[in-house]
Amino acid sequence: MNDLAAIVSFTVNGKEVAVTSPAIARLADVLRDELHLTGTKIGCNAGDCGACTVLIDGRQVCACLTPVGQVAGRIVTTVEGLEREGVLAPIQRAFHKHMGAQCGICTPGMLMAAADLLARTPRPDEAQVLDALGGVLCRCTGYRKIVEAVLDAANDVPLQPLPAMGGALGARAPKWDGIAKLTGRDRFGADDIPADALWLRVVRSPHARATFTTGDLDAVRRAHPGLARILTARDVPSNGYGIYPDVKDQPVLADGVVRYRGEAVLALVGERATVEAITDDTLPIRYTPEAPVVGLDAAMQPGAPLVQSAKPGNLLIEGRVRTGDTAAALASCAAVAEGTFETSFVEHAYIEPEAGYARRAGERIEIHVTTQTPYMDRDEVAIVMQLRPDQIRIVPTACGGGFGGKLDLSVQPLVALAAWLLDRPVACVYTRPESMMATTKRHPARIAARFGADTSGLLQAVEVDALVNTGAYASWGPTVANRVPVHAMGPYFVPHVHARGRAILTNEPVAGAFRGFGVPQAAIAHEAMMDDLAEQLRIDRLEFRRRNALRVGHVTATGQKLEASCGLVACLDALEPHWRDAHAAAERFNAADGRSRRGVGIGCMWYGIGNTAMSNPSNMRVGIARDATITFYNGCADIGQGTNTTMLQVLSDAVGLPMDRFRTIMGDTDLTLDAGKSSASRQAFVSGKAAELAGKALRARVLEAAGATEPAKIVIANAQLSVEDARGTHSIDLASLTPDERGDVLVGIGRFDPPTTKLDADGQGVPYATYGFAAQIAEVEVDLQLGTTRVLRIVAAHDVGRALNPQQVEGQIHGGIAQGLGLALMEEYLAGKTENLHDYLIPSIGDIPPIETILIEEREPLGPGGAKGVGEPALIPTPPAILGAIRHATGVRVTFVPVLPHRLRAALQLQNNSQAHA
Amino acid sequence: MGLYLRPATLEVALDALHARALTIVAGGTDFYPARVGKPLTDDVLDIRGIEGLRGIRERATDFRIGATTTWTDIVDGALPPLFDGLKLAAREIGGVQIQNAGTICGNICNASPAADGVPALLALDAAVELCSAAGMEIVPLAEFVLGNRRTRRQPHQLVTAVIVPKPTGRTAGHFLKLGARRYLVISIVMAAATIEVDASGGIVQARVAVGACSPVARRLPALEAALRGAKADGTLGSVATAAHLDVLAPIDDVRGNAEYRVDAALVVVRRLLDELGSRL
Repeated sequence: MNDLAAIVSFTVNGKEVAVTSPAIARLADVLRDELHLTGTKIGCNAGDCGACTVLIDGRQVCACLTPVGQVAGRIVTTVEGLEREGVLAPIQRAFHKHMGAQCGICTPGMLMAAADLLARTPRPDEAQVLDALGGVLCRCTGYRKIVEAVLDAANDVPLQPLPAMGGALGARAPKWDGIAKLTGRDRFGADDIPADALWLRVVRSPHARATFTTGDLDAVRRAHPGLARILTARDVPSNGYGIYPDVKDQPVLADGVVRYRGEAVLALVGERATVEAITDDTLPIRYTPEAPVVGLDAAMQPGAPLVQSAKPGNLLIEGRVRTGDTAAALASCAAVAEGTFETSFVEHAYIEPEAGYARRAGERIEIHVTTQTPYMDRDEVAIVMQLRPDQIRIVPTACGGGFGGKLDLSVQPLVALAAWLLDRPVACVYTRPESMMATTKRHPARIAARFGADTSGLLQAVEVDALVNTGAYASWGPTVANRVPVHAMGPYFVPHVHARGRAILTNEPVAGAFRGFGVPQAAIAHEAMMDDLAEQLRIDRLEFRRRNALRVGHVTATGQKLEASCGLVACLDALEPHWRDAHAAAERFNAADGRSRRGVGIGCMWYGIGNTAMSNPSNMRVGIARDATITFYNGCADIGQGTNTTMLQVLSDAVGLPMDRFRTIMGDTDLTLDAGKSSASRQAFVSGKAAELAGKALRARVLEAAGATEPAKIVIANAQLSVEDARGTHSIDLASLTPDERGDVLVGIGRFDPPTTKLDADGQGVPYATYGFAAQIAEVEVDLQLGTTRVLRIVAAHDVGRALNPQQVEGQIHGGIAQGLGLALMEEYLAGKTENLHDYLIPSIGDIPPIETILIEEREPLGPGGAKGVGEPALIPTPPAILGAIRHATGVRVTFVPVLPHRLRAALQLQNNSQAHA
Repeated sequence: MGLYLRPATLEVALDALHARALTIVAGGTDFYPARVGKPLTDDVLDIRGIEGLRGIRERATDFRIGATTTWTDIVDGALPPLFDGLKLAAREIGGVQIQNAGTICGNICNASPAADGVPALLALDAAVELCSAAGMEIVPLAEFVLGNRRTRRQPHQLVTAVIVPKPTGRTAGHFLKLGARRYLVISIVMAAATIEVDASGGIVQARVAVGACSPVARRLPALEAALRGAKADGTLGSVATAAHLDVLAPIDDVRGNAEYRVDAALVVVRRLLDELGSRL
């Protein structure tokens, strides 16, 4: 028999180890904390996500569910053990080739599950791959490229090289940080916490609405010697944060009032074991719960209790777009459709929970954190701490998925405050339930729409009234309320538009940014309207959309004339043969008259790239040091979407040096320049342009220093920089130049701010410099008896301006489709009920159908090489395409998502009953 | 941090259980998820190292499946068609990671209304072997699981095996699960059946059980009676009627409402019987 003092010995990656952690400790924790094998990731600690998958005696298991005591004498293999003498295993090379990793947080789990399969079945078929990898969730990739990689592993593919110089932009370059992600070497938020860090645990409200008082916290501290400090609202220098400069409504720690379940009340700081052992119910917090305001109707009822006292009617903000006379236009329309559509809270469910640590350095604080927005983090923490922004340094770690959820502050102000007060490094890692309960969600929306068209099938008028539930605090509610009216009519030319968006406060989770900022919700409504009108007018659904598609030269409802890069018609043209084939296939299937029916649907979208009607510049810097090392100071946070690679592709061509010549520093606010947020699909377009300009500036500087003229070739060899031009070779004496504070002697800086204007009271102006366009077709099979929907295939046509990296664009599209499928069919966050990854369902590897992507490249003249964004456009057409397909299959027009089986079954029964009575 | 006992023999384990209250851990797949973000303070008896507790043994009149037999052991086991339903259920329990660690007795003792293994074992007429320092008893599975997270196991007892009786005639089993996604999904409804036929394909005995539609998975005795004497073929499902499912008492939850569950259960049971009937 063993007891807790025993040492457990086992083999890890071929090495004998003896660990002193208690035998009941999770193997995942022991690997990470005691053996420093942080390649094994922890996503849920509950066996729901599979990120911690390792092999024990060759079989895949969740290291988070394995007592280390059980591995005594056994053989454990982690992702760090896949390489052989520095050579990547075939499965790693296949992942690298197919871009099986995006953010990389699920990658170790995927690789280990695949390794188990391949050891037993070297040439698996697709069904075997799905079964073997079914226990690992991925939120980025849409799984298809992972499946491709596993199927290709047996072919022993060579290591994918970087593209040749001059052809980087537009090449299918492998991920710059891909190998780090495939070997477990990439460092995420929880991977690099200093050994001497104190731990911070947030105590959160179990009530959605309550007042509270705290008792004798000093007594608690005295009772627990390992407890260094208990932080309360009183400790926070300026206790409010928020996205907008004038709306700092969310407290870091609640000050006597809690407005949603999961709101931060206290922070316990001390030894990790101590803060984890103190249970919330032993703390002297006395809550007086009140009936929470839940749902739009309750919040908007006259006399409803206020969520925030300064917001009468619980109205946070209203946005509108108005042009023409919709009432008169609708009266003269040959066909008018209307409907109301509702969506649910949706959780980002990135597999990496929020994590980071802070340390104080004199009068400065350094925060290492997983984030989408290092510069906004810096400025927000500065406000909270009442310090200057230059006293805060944000060092982004690798980010294990964001999707908008890591734009708002999470651990940052708490660890900063604790580290500042205690002058010790302080770390905080959210648990999965905490991540789900405390952080932002997609806004539930209720969108009432009325669309009218004339006899020739041209849209004449659109009225949309969108209500979004923004939860307890503003977060990105204003963005959503403004973005929805601009996009509410869809990617179509409409002369008369009246669209309104209102964000309503409730005692529900804070709704913030989530891939699309309300546009996915709006697209469900506008595409249902398009299907209605096409049906009324007996026009093919694709043709009806094409007839109305925005084209170059059209003026939008905000009065903006579209000058270039409107590729919707090209997308629809490209889809048309697939559309016909899909209809034929569905008809053949349905003729068999089984218990299932197939249908085909189409969804279109447009999406303004970058922030709405406001300046959102990016700045990039690249420098050459005296030893001829060239450093790219890349202010973009790579959140898995791949800006570490694409920015370098743009820069490489602009400077005229190969990608592998550059050293990259990502997002460090002391070293890079502000490249804005990784949000609003803006990085490829805005930061990409800034990178291009920085590269060109550096090239000009180098040529100038060399006295060379174009055409020229920059050469770095043996720590020497020289330029070859028509007149010969000119070397530059780098040692003679004066280095700047970063040690660089030749520097290029680029800045790009997409030209936009403010919107007036009627929403008139130029909200975005360019728009992405897309159309997707979904083919589904609905089980009429069970109400289940299986998506059989998606064909996605996206106008991306120019694909900086086609493989990454495909990856974005696949991942967006997976999230869109989840939104349509299964994802519904219910506070207190689905705060884990087994009650809250995101698509698994078996739910994503084959996806065909078609890239349309109608060049955007402002973008780098003609590029614009794709991150959010990827998701937006998917739900309406799926819902349209369900309708085509069954006749049911879905008005509430997710359309879980019981909801679709009820709708089918309702339809049967009404048909029976008709 | 509590005690961690990892005995190598059953005797030592039973003595330990006799001496003190202990939380029993086998695969860990239910133990850790119940403690996310919480300290691990339980006094634990880890039964994974006990000799002879893992594996499937065919005996004269039954099969004995040891307590720590994993779902993968069942999937990989060379077993007769009787176990086809249990094997299908095993493949639906979590991902392969969970199947490699999770044990048959853990699934039973965790007593989740949505335990995928339980309907299949009910359809196999399984019994639970309970041991304590005082002796052994065999309890039918239907009597062992009392409710949501409740069983008849006393704190000093250990479930040591599941016993599956051998049928006399040609028998096969089947299992179907309905969930809102393909993998890693808690069932909305699942059903399992075992059917024994005579030489002409007439049903001698049928056992059908439905899970996730009541606090404990339930056999459907009225349906089983109706199936006796019927011919096993691809239309067998038409025997099942809504009234046969009256013993179910489903609830509304995040996965589906009660009304849907009742409807879906009938659909799933009919398909299960159609498919099983066509195989016999």
